[in-house]
Amino acid sequence: MKPKVAFFSFTSCEGCQLMFLNLEDELLDLLGAVEIVNFREAMKEVTSDEYDVCFIEGSVTTHSDAEEVKKLRERSKIVISFGACACIGGINAIKNFQPLEDVRKYVYDGKWQTYDTIPTMKLEEVIKVDAYIHGCPPDRKEILEVVTSLLLGKKPNIPDYPVCVECKLAENVCVYDKGLMCLGPVTRAGCNAICPTFGNKCLGCRGLVSDPNNNAQKDLLAERGLTVDDVLKEFRMFDGLSEASK
Amino acid sequence: MSDMNVKVHHLTRVEGHGNIVVNSKNGEVVDARFEIVESPRFFEAMLKGRRWQEVQYITSRICGICAVGHTSTSLQGTEMALGMKLSDQARALRKVVFFGEELQSHILHAYFLAAPDFVGAPSVIPLAATAPDIVKRALKLKKLANKVCEVIAGRHVHPIAMVPGGFSKYPDPKTLKALKEELLSYSGDVDETVKLFATLEAPDYHRETEFLSLKNPKEYAFYEGDIYSSDTKKTVKQIDYRSLIKETMVDYSTSKHAHASRGSYMVGALARFNNNYDQLHPRAKRAAEAMKIKPVCYNTFMATHAQVVETVHCFEEAVAYIDRLLEKGYDVNEEPAKPTRMSGRGVGACEVPRGLLIHDYTYEDGLIKDANLIIPTNQNLANMDADLRAFAPAVISKPHSEAELLFEMLIRAYDPCISCSCHLLHVEWV
Repeated sequence: MKPKVAFFSFTSCEGCQLMFLNLEDELLDLLGAVEIVNFREAMKEVTSDEYDVCFIEGSVTTHSDAEEVKKLRERSKIVISFGACACIGGINAIKNFQPLEDVRKYVYDGKWQTYDTIPTMKLEEVIKVDAYIHGCPPDRKEILEVVTSLLLGKKPNIPDYPVCVECKLAENVCVYDKGLMCLGPVTRAGCNAICPTFGNKCLGCRGLVSDPNNNAQKDLLAERGLTVDDVLKEFRMFDGLSEASK
Repeated sequence: MSDMNVKVHHLTRVEGHGNIVVNSKNGEVVDARFEIVESPRFFEAMLKGRRWQEVQYITSRICGICAVGHTSTSLQGTEMALGMKLSDQARALRKVVFFGEELQSHILHAYFLAAPDFVGAPSVIPLAATAPDIVKRALKLKKLANKVCEVIAGRHVHPIAMVPGGFSKYPDPKTLKALKEELLSYSGDVDETVKLFATLEAPDYHRETEFLSLKNPKEYAFYEGDIYSSDTKKTVKQIDYRSLIKETMVDYSTSKHAHASRGSYMVGALARFNNNYDQLHPRAKRAAEAMKIKPVCYNTFMATHAQVVETVHCFEEAVAYIDRLLEKGYDVNEEPAKPTRMSGRGVGACEVPRGLLIHDYTYEDGLIKDANLIIPTNQNLANMDADLRAFAPAVISKPHSEAELLFEMLIRAYDPCISCSCHLLHVEWV
């Protein structure tokens, strides 16, 4: 029997699900290998309430989000935290840096109490997560790597070295040499350093390497008189939940 | 006459979470509304205090489907506020990537989200078995549209190279030329798309309404123009949008509703088609004729056909803009324009796939002090309710499942983008 796969989204832009649909060359083969049983953004039919693999996109930012993801956990064998909002809080965590009441009043004015909201949480703060697909948005190749690994019953191969490694392979001019602060030295690779390749700096959307004090590109920072801590302070765009940016 | 209670919980094949509610009693429609139940997202509050260089990266994340649209509009707001003037080549390339996104979004909606209803399928998945050529063509065209964005901006979902003042990197002219050749090789698929949608007949329905869109004397407006109303037949400058558009809150929705000259108005492909038909590319006009859609069209269900007309137009315009860039030549090492001041107000306005999008920023010392975002789906919400109410009497005598499908089709025709719509603002409207 084909594995049953479902997609759900919570507080997010639904761009991760779109990245799945953007696997144009592989989509028809994937649909042959798995049975998609619930995917609200793309299909009406719901054919099962039990899932072998459950993709969850988005952060948890309301009481009902929290209740819903707990129910999904009970019905799923494998839960995948899909994209930056689910894995590290993503940009949703920016709101945690202001008093919640101020945020609610600024947006909803006199009706601020009408709409439920809680401080942003990443998925693993609410339920157990079995696998992670990082990035904002996730890289198509990594989505494929995780899906095919799970289908074959093996552990996905996800890099745990900094973006600098990929950036050097791409032969980019170091962003620090342009006088900009870049999060590449402390950020988990796997994106092929796409932002520096397109003339920009790394924004840290894939989260930290697992042990930044050991795994960061410290030599590069030392040459410029910087420490790992200096760089971590820049993490408030995507990784506001990590200790790094507190 | 029997009573009807339709409740579609979490409408499928739309972006985000919404419910349709239609109730009738003794043949009278008592409730008809589209409820937005998406979690509130608080973007305006999250933008406060952010630096001018990073604002477009945050606003892009409002929506994965219209990420280029939000980025473009956001950059316009920042550039106006800080007095940055785009070069001709940067403006032209911004438009090409914009056409790429219009193509990607319209193809996704027309083929994957809307078309299944017309052929009685629950999604595109069963069609992969029964009509594989059509599904493969849709995937091919979607991939091509994504590629336009990838070549110019790095990727479609959350573009990289679009920065305040221009681009952080320009594509090599050879790459751009190859992109044009590739686009042209899909010209036949564009024709096949028109042929397919010419066979998909929309339900018979008409309701006169107000249409809002950008208008530009030089071209069919997508990237720039003034805001035009079909009621007043006048335009207002984007910075004065508040003189035309008012917003209100409703209890059943986490998104605001909007009004202009009357109770509701429509934005999106059908509004643009009606307001700016004369400026469509001749090939797009022929496509309209083939699909039997004429201005002024008051049938909401035809919004999908209007998207297909625009698909033809954007395809032609993308090729034409690339051609002009290549003919004139452009400087791949051009640096983005620099701010000439660090404080001020700026308003960006673009016609993103789902309609008029406005980003209004006030900067102080290079940091956002106030932000207000007006989203196409919010502007359409009151019009969706009005359509549900107007359409319901013709439907309430039908079997429940048929009625439900027709209501779903009506809302899907708007191609609602609910993640986008869930950020409201505190501005007090006069």
